Amino acid sequence: MIAKGKNASELFPAVVKNVASKNIEIKKLVYVYLMRYAEEQQDLALLSISTFQRALKDPNQLIRASALRVLSSIRVPIIVPIMMLAIKEASSDLSPYVRKNAAHAIQKLYSLDPEQKEMLIEVIEKLLKDRSTLVAGSVVMAFEEVCPDRIDLIHKNYRKLCNLLVDVEEWGQVVIIHMLTRYARTQFISPWKADEVVDEYNENNFYESDEEQKEKDQKLKSTYTMDPDHRLLLRNTKPLLQSRNAAVVMAVAQLYWHLAPKSEAGIVSKSLVRLLRSNREVQYIVLQNIATMSIQRKGMFEPFLKSFYVRSTDPTMIKILKLEILTNLANEANISTLLREFQTYVKSQDKQFAAATIQAIGRCATNITEVTDTCLNGLVCLLSNRDEIVVAESVVVIKKLLQTQPAHHGEIIKHMAKLLDNITVPVARASILWLIGEYCERVPKIAPDVLRKTAKSFTNEDDLVKLQILNLSAKLYLTNSKQTKLLTQYVLNLGKYDQSYDIRDRTRFIRQLIVPNEKSGALSKYAKKIFLAQKPAPLLESPFKDRDHFQLGTLSHTLNSQAIGYLELSDWPEVAPDASVRNVDVVESAKEWTGILGKPKKEKPTEKFYSESEEEEDESTSTSSSGKCLDLHCLENWSESDSESEKEDKEEGSTDETSGSSSPSEESTDSDSDSKENTAKKTSRAANESDSEDIKKKAEGISKKRSTSSSSDTESSSSEESSSGSKSESDSKSDSEPGKPRSATSTKKEEKTVQDRKTPNKQDVFLLDLDDFCPVTTPVTVPTAAVLSPSLTADLEGLNLSSSSVIDVTSQVSVPTKTYELLHRMSGKGLAAHYHFSRQPGLFCDHMVPVQVTVTNTTDQKIDNIHIEGKKLPPGMRIHEFNPIECLEPGGSTTVTMGIDFCDSTQTASFQLCTKDDHFNVSIQPPVGELLLPVTMSEKDFKKEQGMLTGMNETSATIAVAPQNSTRLVIIERVMKAANLGVVSSGQDNIHRFAAKTVHSGSLMLVTVELKESSTAQLVINTEKTVIGSVLLRELKPVLSQG
Amino acid sequence: MIHSLFLINCSGDIFLEKHWNSVVSQSVCDYFFEAQEKAIDVENVPPVISTPHHYLISIYRDKIFFVSVIQTEVPPLFVIEFLHRVADTFQDYFGECSETAIKDNVVIVYELLEEMLDNGFPLATESNILKELIKPPTILRSVVNSITGSSNVGDTLPTGQLSNIPWRRAGVKYTNNEAYFDVIEEIDAIIDKSGSTVFAEIQGVIDSCIKLSGMPDLSLSFMNPRLLDDVSFHPCIRFKRWESERVLSFIPPDGNFRLISYRVSSQNLVAIPVYVKHMISFKENSSSGRFDVTIGPKQNMGKTVEGVVMTVHMPKAVLNMSLTATQGSYTFDPVTKVLTWDVGKITPQKLPNLKGIVNLQSGAPKPEENPSLNIQFKIQQLAISGLKVNRLDMYGEKYKPFKGVKYITKAGKFQVRT
Repeated sequence: MIAKGKNASELFPAVVKNVASKNIEIKKLVYVYLMRYAEEQQDLALLSISTFQRALKDPNQLIRASALRVLSSIRVPIIVPIMMLAIKEASSDLSPYVRKNAAHAIQKLYSLDPEQKEMLIEVIEKLLKDRSTLVAGSVVMAFEEVCPDRIDLIHKNYRKLCNLLVDVEEWGQVVIIHMLTRYARTQFISPWKADEVVDEYNENNFYESDEEQKEKDQKLKSTYTMDPDHRLLLRNTKPLLQSRNAAVVMAVAQLYWHLAPKSEAGIVSKSLVRLLRSNREVQYIVLQNIATMSIQRKGMFEPFLKSFYVRSTDPTMIKILKLEILTNLANEANISTLLREFQTYVKSQDKQFAAATIQAIGRCATNITEVTDTCLNGLVCLLSNRDEIVVAESVVVIKKLLQTQPAHHGEIIKHMAKLLDNITVPVARASILWLIGEYCERVPKIAPDVLRKTAKSFTNEDDLVKLQILNLSAKLYLTNSKQTKLLTQYVLNLGKYDQSYDIRDRTRFIRQLIVPNEKSGALSKYAKKIFLAQKPAPLLESPFKDRDHFQLGTLSHTLNSQAIGYLELSDWPEVAPDASVRNVDVVESAKEWTGILGKPKKEKPTEKFYSESEEEEDESTSTSSSGKCLDLHCLENWSESDSESEKEDKEEGSTDETSGSSSPSEESTDSDSDSKENTAKKTSRAANESDSEDIKKKAEGISKKRSTSSSSDTESSSSEESSSGSKSESDSKSDSEPGKPRSATSTKKEEKTVQDRKTPNKQDVFLLDLDDFCPVTTPVTVPTAAVLSPSLTADLEGLNLSSSSVIDVTSQVSVPTKTYELLHRMSGKGLAAHYHFSRQPGLFCDHMVPVQVTVTNTTDQKIDNIHIEGKKLPPGMRIHEFNPIECLEPGGSTTVTMGIDFCDSTQTASFQLCTKDDHFNVSIQPPVGELLLPVTMSEKDFKKEQGMLTGMNETSATIAVAPQNSTRLVIIERVMKAANLGVVSSGQDNIHRFAAKTVHSGSLMLVTVELKESSTAQLVINTEKTVIGSVLLRELKPVLSQG
Repeated sequence: MIHSLFLINCSGDIFLEKHWNSVVSQSVCDYFFEAQEKAIDVENVPPVISTPHHYLISIYRDKIFFVSVIQTEVPPLFVIEFLHRVADTFQDYFGECSETAIKDNVVIVYELLEEMLDNGFPLATESNILKELIKPPTILRSVVNSITGSSNVGDTLPTGQLSNIPWRRAGVKYTNNEAYFDVIEEIDAIIDKSGSTVFAEIQGVIDSCIKLSGMPDLSLSFMNPRLLDDVSFHPCIRFKRWESERVLSFIPPDGNFRLISYRVSSQNLVAIPVYVKHMISFKENSSSGRFDVTIGPKQNMGKTVEGVVMTVHMPKAVLNMSLTATQGSYTFDPVTKVLTWDVGKITPQKLPNLKGIVNLQSGAPKPEENPSLNIQFKIQQLAISGLKVNRLDMYGEKYKPFKGVKYITKAGKFQVRT
């Protein structure tokens, strides 16, 4: 009954009674009924409120949500406070679904009672901070409805919204994109001003990595630099062009149109043309928008010219829009094909369309001078067309064309005069008369004759034609008064008694002006000048010309008038407002920053904190234990600073034959926790500073940032007792040489260290430098656990817990290295080779996985010159060979290290192991766990990153865990054995978290093991590299379930 | 946003209305009727109409107008896209989107609309979710329901609603695990009088029918992905994988859905599989004309062209046609002036021909223009662009699914001007 629009309100009480019904279908229908009639029967509706209030506390989120929905839909002003309360409660509900509904309820409440605005804005502010993709769309909608001018609320959430955008449901995307367009227009400076310069650079730049772009940006800084946030928005919306939802595509298109540099806006055209395949209504809107775009920037759609060709089966409105676009796109190059196409259209059965085509031809003719004559000829041919509408339209267009070049068209005018007998369409008749009048001197014989004929039929003509007859007579009177005096008198008399006041008016005016009498003043002398003045030719313009002041894709644009609630798109600001308002807190901004950078290779935020803290730590440890690394051959340098030893370490890996490298940085066992906390705080502050610096000065390159971070470093370090003098010196030096490529080959490093050893004074500089350059290498991995005593590990863990900041020192548990066979001694003619993954980070360059190869000579002769040759690698893979082994004694074995860049795939790297005389084909296939580098991060960071990597980036499985595997230590050990992961400290006993990043691309790989009851566990892996993620999942499953 | 929705049939009756906010009187539709009258043809009703207090945005689907009432600024495509989604959902639920189907299932329609929009903002539009919320009607279920008193409405929140994979429902189970992909390509072309191609391009879609248990993670790769010029994806596809590796990687929704639609770049020359010889002429000053059309195959890569149908919108002056077809049958509707010739399969040995006389209204002027011929055809087992699916891999589940790929080439908007 509601559906039919009948009034069912008398049944209200009976229906409302059912609200407490258990049957959910009845309940829902009652809800529908309630929403419809509550406004009319407010008192009775109140009876049901208590039911909803109860439902709001229901454990089932579906029921909570729907109760909120209905409650807020009941439009009864009395319950506003109850609604407000419910919304507030729901906005902090655990279920994002309920929060989403709260966002919807905000709008409803606002429309019911606008006075609640202030309170509602508070709720919106709170919900805007929400990280759930579910909520984002709805809350932005509410924002647009309630307080679209409160842009300040967006600042802090801008980057989050940009990053979440892809995962938001499609309707939310549309709303968010529109809102962000407005936001960006107020916050960023125009990219168009500097367009000429930026043009070519952006063209090739768009697909390049950000580092490169940053460099280029720097070069162009003098002209224009796009705000990184601006760039972020453009980058994150681009994939949405591929959406199946036309509204999303259109929203992105308008965003690019309004925000992107002109050279980049072109990428949207392809997607818009794609939309032309869909429904009639979608076509209509899209074509309208394309029409507007094509006026301003022809080039965008020129490649797609043919897509706008008209089919005879298109609806008329579509045809006309397509025609409009074709006309806009016409230029010298394509006009001939277009005109041929137009010729077909003119013959169309759809006369309205044919008429529009003629106008289009006229516009092309005026715009492109080369074809004016051709067009004119064509149009004259059309004059002999049998269809009246076509002829009439041609006449009108010809009239306009002739006006632009009246020199030599007497013939055409004569021809048209002849037509006058047949044409009945008033506009056309009027046009002909006007033409004859205007050029009456060129056709002196015909003109009076025409006047005679029309005077006869004057009374039956349309008003428009009558006016033109009057005009004609006046003009003729002035030029040729002998022949036409009487006729003019006659016409004027007829006009005097016409029904239309307009015509009577005109008649009086003309009579006074041209007929000389004693009263007429100076004006009549100029009558000729007045009537026969040169008239400017009319401009034939597109009807879409004036639409561009509306935002594309909006209702207002479609209607070409301002719709209710339309929000004007503001102009670009002259000076960009402070960008730092978008910075959130430390961790936030650091993360956003990595987001901006795409794949951060070197500067993982957590690591950065870490590296800094480590320096501090190092300093404190330098006084304490350093004796652990006995096997280091550079002990003399050791006491200077710990961080150095790491470097040594690295070097050692590349030069030394033994695998016994250790990184001493976690020897910081007895540094007192007080100072530790102290430094931690400081560094976090420093990091904060440097981060915000970063975002601002990203374009200025990394160097600047380095200096800030290191200077903040000095600040904090000076407070400590350590060698502040040498530090500051080193800082200044690190400033001076910031640009050295960090992927220096090991040999280079070697040279450097040799130098270092010679000049210990200089060394600090160097160490710091390196430290800044490769924070990745600082993580505290201990390849051979034997060096660390268990007590130390425990100590470290204790330290771990005591540090309250984000900095987290993970101690890696033992990594027993599994050895794989590379070459069996039988097939290797006595030469045997085994390899294992040493898990030392970044020996060669940060993309390579280090592999330790142990070569054994089982023959009784020496084997000379063992080296690598004949690499057969899949594209992208690289191998860093080990130094050739000069000679291997019988029975002897030696270990060498090589690096392989597997490109994050488990494809095998095949190469030949060569001796002096022989070649052996061997191959290494990495287990997926070895393609990772452990990462240290706090639990909070972990959760945040995990939140970003949900959805398609998440793979999970439930596994049965053997009972002996359920303790923390065992799990960690087993997982670490299977994959090179870093442990993340966890507050909960039953959840274990591990983090790593892939070696090649640096994508995060987050592993969570959650123990459940009855010896099952949920294994979740979040990563962008889903293939690796799923393979890893498969490999980890048996690890945990085996006994 | 969307304030109200009216469903109007072709004769102008409002047979369903739904309001999400306060009630808007039916009289709003008068503006729509006015526009409809002005447009004469239903196709020409403008999608956006402005009235003094509201804006009407309408779509026309399956002889029903979906008219939505808008009060404030909103992207019109947003509304149009949503209305189409509503129509799709009805189609999905009731098998057809007709007036009778909607009237028969008015309760379900109401529940659906209630779920799809909240206060005018789309809530759940994914058919997998809706089906969990409100179960589609089947005969069996209605019998069971009337006996047991259970309802069509699910009482738990669909998990998809909350997860980040809103398109897939949880706990899918099949005994036979199957995944089928139909690669359907349509040729859009305009051929001019002399038989040369004015414009041609290939529009393709891959429709999938996936019946796999659990949460399979599929990746589909092509032999020649570079062919695809412009692609639009179902939301399930991971864009990054496509960008970097040109592989479609996705966790599929359950059931039938459109995986991607694509356009093959127009630089590649499109092979037109048929040619048409035509001779249509109307004699001056006499009430008859000649009509002679032959269709033949051309470069069809050894495949037969089937399902050939030609439709011609004859000029208004045509009264009747007396033709003979060497193959198939033809009909001419004197009211709409549409000539349909159902040819069927084309055999190269004997080309189908339709020939005869056109009777014109006496006294009426000779038609200006020859009508253009719309051709439909189908070629099985061929994707005209040459696109080939390379392989389908499944991760995340243990069983081995049955996989199938089918190629079809069809005529899209294929028009021959005469």
